[in-house]
Amino acid sequence: MSPADVASWISDARAAFLASQDLDQLKAARLAHAGDKSPIALASRALGTLPPDQKASVGKLIGEAKAEIADALAAQSAKLEAERDSKVLLEEIVDITLPVRRAHRGGLHPISIIKNEISDFFIEQGFSVEEGPELESGWLNFDSLNIPADHPARTMQDTFFIEPIESGLVLRTHTSPVQIRTMLSQEPPIYVICPGRTFRADELDATHSPVFHQVEGLVVDKGITMAHLKGTLDNFARHMFGPDVTTRLRPSFFPFTEPSAEVDIFFNNRWIEWGGCGMVNPKVLATCGIDTEIYTGFAFGMGLERTLMVRHGITDMHDIVEGDLRFTRQFGVGL
Amino acid sequence: MRAPLSWIKEFVEIPESITADQISDALIRVGFEVEEIIYQGADLTGPLVFAKVLSIEEITEFKKPIRYVGLDCGEKETRYVICGATNFVVGDLIVAALPGAVLPGDFAIGSRETYGKVSNGMICSARELGLGDDHSGIMTFAQDTVTIGADAIEGLMINDVIFDIAVNPDRGYALSIRGVAREVAGALGLAFTDPVDSLRNISFADTGTGVKAKIEDYATASVFYLRTLSNFDPTATTPIWMRRRIEKMGMRSISLVVDVTNYVMLELGQPLHAFDAAKVKGGLTIKRAGKAQPFTTLDGQVRQLDPDDLMVCDETQPLALAGTMGGASSEISETTTEIALEAVRFDPTCVAKNSRRHKLSSEASRRLERSVDPSLAQYASARFVQLLTENSSATHVATVIDGEPRFSPSLKVDPSYISRIIGIEIAPAEIVGILKTIGCVVNEKTFEVQPPSWRADLLTQADFTEEVARMIGYDKIPSILPPRPKHASLTPAQKRRRAISTMLASRGLAEVQTFPFTNQQTIDSLGFLGERASTYRIANPMSEEFPLMRVHLVPGLLEVAQRNISRGAKDFAIFEMGSIFRSSQKLVPMISPELGKKPNAEVIQSIYASLPPQAFHVAGLLVGRVEDEDWQGKSRSYTWQDAIAYAQDILQLCNLSWTVKRSDLAPWHPGRCAELIIDGKPVAHAGELHPRIVEMYGLPERSSAFAVALNALPDSPLVRPSTVGTMPAALQDVALIVDSSVTAAEVEAALREGAGELLESLSLFDRYDKLGDGKISLAFSLVFRAADRTLTGAEVSELRDAAVKSAAKATGAILRTA
Repeated sequence: MSPADVASWISDARAAFLASQDLDQLKAARLAHAGDKSPIALASRALGTLPPDQKASVGKLIGEAKAEIADALAAQSAKLEAERDSKVLLEEIVDITLPVRRAHRGGLHPISIIKNEISDFFIEQGFSVEEGPELESGWLNFDSLNIPADHPARTMQDTFFIEPIESGLVLRTHTSPVQIRTMLSQEPPIYVICPGRTFRADELDATHSPVFHQVEGLVVDKGITMAHLKGTLDNFARHMFGPDVTTRLRPSFFPFTEPSAEVDIFFNNRWIEWGGCGMVNPKVLATCGIDTEIYTGFAFGMGLERTLMVRHGITDMHDIVEGDLRFTRQFGVGL
Repeated sequence: MRAPLSWIKEFVEIPESITADQISDALIRVGFEVEEIIYQGADLTGPLVFAKVLSIEEITEFKKPIRYVGLDCGEKETRYVICGATNFVVGDLIVAALPGAVLPGDFAIGSRETYGKVSNGMICSARELGLGDDHSGIMTFAQDTVTIGADAIEGLMINDVIFDIAVNPDRGYALSIRGVAREVAGALGLAFTDPVDSLRNISFADTGTGVKAKIEDYATASVFYLRTLSNFDPTATTPIWMRRRIEKMGMRSISLVVDVTNYVMLELGQPLHAFDAAKVKGGLTIKRAGKAQPFTTLDGQVRQLDPDDLMVCDETQPLALAGTMGGASSEISETTTEIALEAVRFDPTCVAKNSRRHKLSSEASRRLERSVDPSLAQYASARFVQLLTENSSATHVATVIDGEPRFSPSLKVDPSYISRIIGIEIAPAEIVGILKTIGCVVNEKTFEVQPPSWRADLLTQADFTEEVARMIGYDKIPSILPPRPKHASLTPAQKRRRAISTMLASRGLAEVQTFPFTNQQTIDSLGFLGERASTYRIANPMSEEFPLMRVHLVPGLLEVAQRNISRGAKDFAIFEMGSIFRSSQKLVPMISPELGKKPNAEVIQSIYASLPPQAFHVAGLLVGRVEDEDWQGKSRSYTWQDAIAYAQDILQLCNLSWTVKRSDLAPWHPGRCAELIIDGKPVAHAGELHPRIVEMYGLPERSSAFAVALNALPDSPLVRPSTVGTMPAALQDVALIVDSSVTAAEVEAALREGAGELLESLSLFDRYDKLGDGKISLAFSLVFRAADRTLTGAEVSELRDAAVKSAAKATGAILRTA
């Protein structure tokens, strides 16, 4: 093997590479001129058989040759790849605007979305989220809330009773029993909201449903006043309906609050009744063992369906309760 | 409760400058929701006159009866009009709109030809004049109550503003003009004259013996005024002003005696009942019915009395359902000349029970169950005598009284408490002024407050606080955030539920919320058995179709799926999260601890324990194909595998580990239902639905479902992560032959057991069931890795052999050789 041989291997290889018209031909040329059985590879392998004094110089010669061949290969390869990209890949073009296969559109029920939204808002304010059973004790749903049997207030809420009637078991008519449960088990300060499903024997129509949802709030602490109730509601209303919403409290009646009020919001240029509220009736606090000399509290409650309908301009309750996917899917997960 | 402005003005000096809207705003501000302001007469222009019917010609050739009526309208000539009503005869007095008049609804009256005649006007019904809903016939008037030819707009006092007000249950006093007028005056700072003031000193001389009055139990009624009148001429008629006021209140004029009782009730708030005294045997006693018996109320209905019903009885029988409705037997009739007028302050609870038991809510019961001013029994009955004797020949015979009014006690009020609750500093003098405005008597030194007789609701300091707050105006209270409380966060269970629903939603399932009601047929047809089939019954369900509480979430999902399919949907996946109500314990009578103090811990626990456990589940239903059909054709359908995958994904999301076994459980396919088990307890079921159920609901074949008992899942363990090793993994494949009855899960569990801790993962990559002899082949790929070294070939073979040996022992597996 002479340097001239090596030079010819290089030039043969370069010529073969340059002669390759596509990547397949280049692959064949690579195998012939840079593959395991190429002259340069064989020479490289034979290095070991050379006398020690030749090893260094020939080794260097072969090494340089290998690098040159590799460079030539890389250059041609780059050229041919570019050619292929501009030709062959062009032929593989598809209409990427075609509809692609996607999973069904899922989504949370809008009531879940609004419940999550309200929970997150109040958690941020330091309120915990309390829950309770839907089949509830009549004592917790009514009596403990200062709604005695045969009081007209009891008929304000058409109650579903469970057989036997003597069990006093009802489908809770509001989430207020959760407030009682909370006060029976926790010492003030109490800052909680109670979202949940509630029941009243109303016919299903465009604005009523026998099964609906409420969120109630309860604060019991030292020095709590109606001003705090107002501040909390103002803040809550702005969160739900935007910064421009205004609220109005109107005197009203609930057995479990005294003074009591209705909360109206001025939204879309009109006053809309949003919920009820008031200062927790001391009789209720006393039944829960809270010292009314030290603590005062406020409570409020809103319908989630109503909040949703007002905010989103939904006009028919049926859409919320029927589970038609065309309705539900519009809400996504509420982002 | 309606309130005409003209009537309110009788007791409040309202300047002309104050508009109806301002009055409405003032009422709303002090707690009376004005549902509607009716501007009566605003869209009515005359000429509208009273007229007398002179002749009636019946025209019969049309489908409905038509009359051609001659009218004396106070004009020279008889005026003829066409009329479609038939509730009048010649000689009756009516009201006629003459050509040029415009009736509500922009209905212009002209002279026109119709039914072959010329009609020169129209005889009007109450509805046509915008005076009410009555369209059963034209308005007719008793002789001598109206003047022929006179302007009926003025004569009927049509131009008026009527407020329709929602009255809260604690404010029964406002179910009267007296009460509403007082609120209007108080809210606007105007002078108020209490109509009762002129009645306080009125008395009537006894000229004979009156009907006796007795209250058997003073707990049921505190005071009973019974006034007997005689010489009544039953042909007496109601004066037009009284009739019109009653009509403006939304009631009907019936007869003079009944109208006066209603008028006084509307004016003062005290329901009255007039008996035909000639039909009363002996005296009247207020007492319980005592025994079940039939009783006919004056609406003609026969009602079965409850022994506990409170009645007004004579010596022989019950005559009235106390405070609720009179009886037919002693009703005022066209021949009544002797009248016994009852005015009683009944116990509100007794009346409420009467009303509720008989599902009979009357104008009287509505007021009495909200508590009526106890002093009114005297004054309202006096007002009745006054009005009836003024407007008829009736004379007072005697007044008999039993009992005496009971008033609310006075209360010492702490002015600082009021400020402390409202949140603004209110001067004691201002509080005194407000309490006086609403009728309280206040000792300004001791702050001892005597609530007015009509305010049975003012019993505690909180009650007085509301009065002060509403009279100051809730709008004067500032808006302040409470002191920022302690930190809060969702509970682990709440976070978990939210994570699961968000995962399902983002994986293509749409959440639904169904009513938690069901029926026995659904429970049976889905195949639920035993405890899974037993539930609670609603005593008063919305419909007999759904009287039971649901025992499972899947039936609700099936109904929603059916509804969506009927509306054109084909391929979809839905889920629901919610409570189910299996009847696992016997209900006990309600536990009702005393109010006003905290029940002890034991009682509280027993209340909680008296409620049935209400399991919280999530369930999903997979219908049709995984993706919508498109230009590439159909995608694959959901199968049992997808359902199981969702159930496993839920458990995995909660960071739990579980085992799987086959289960035969409704409503699933008996051979295609997986039971997921944690700590030996089944927590989830998933798979293909029973084909019978799929067909019953018209779902695509092979529809699948999952249900996970979220409340049965253990808490997620705290993650204590091991470091991720970088040593190389060693792969080993094993193919095992087992009986086809052996499940993949059993083989997998045995392999894991045998492979030991160095097994990183294991997956089934081939299942071959064509071996015959009831044998199948399961091929697993095992990945071994040590954290600290590269495993040698010998080590790995040893581990693999141990795994195979374990599988052989547990399942009879034989290593398949190539």
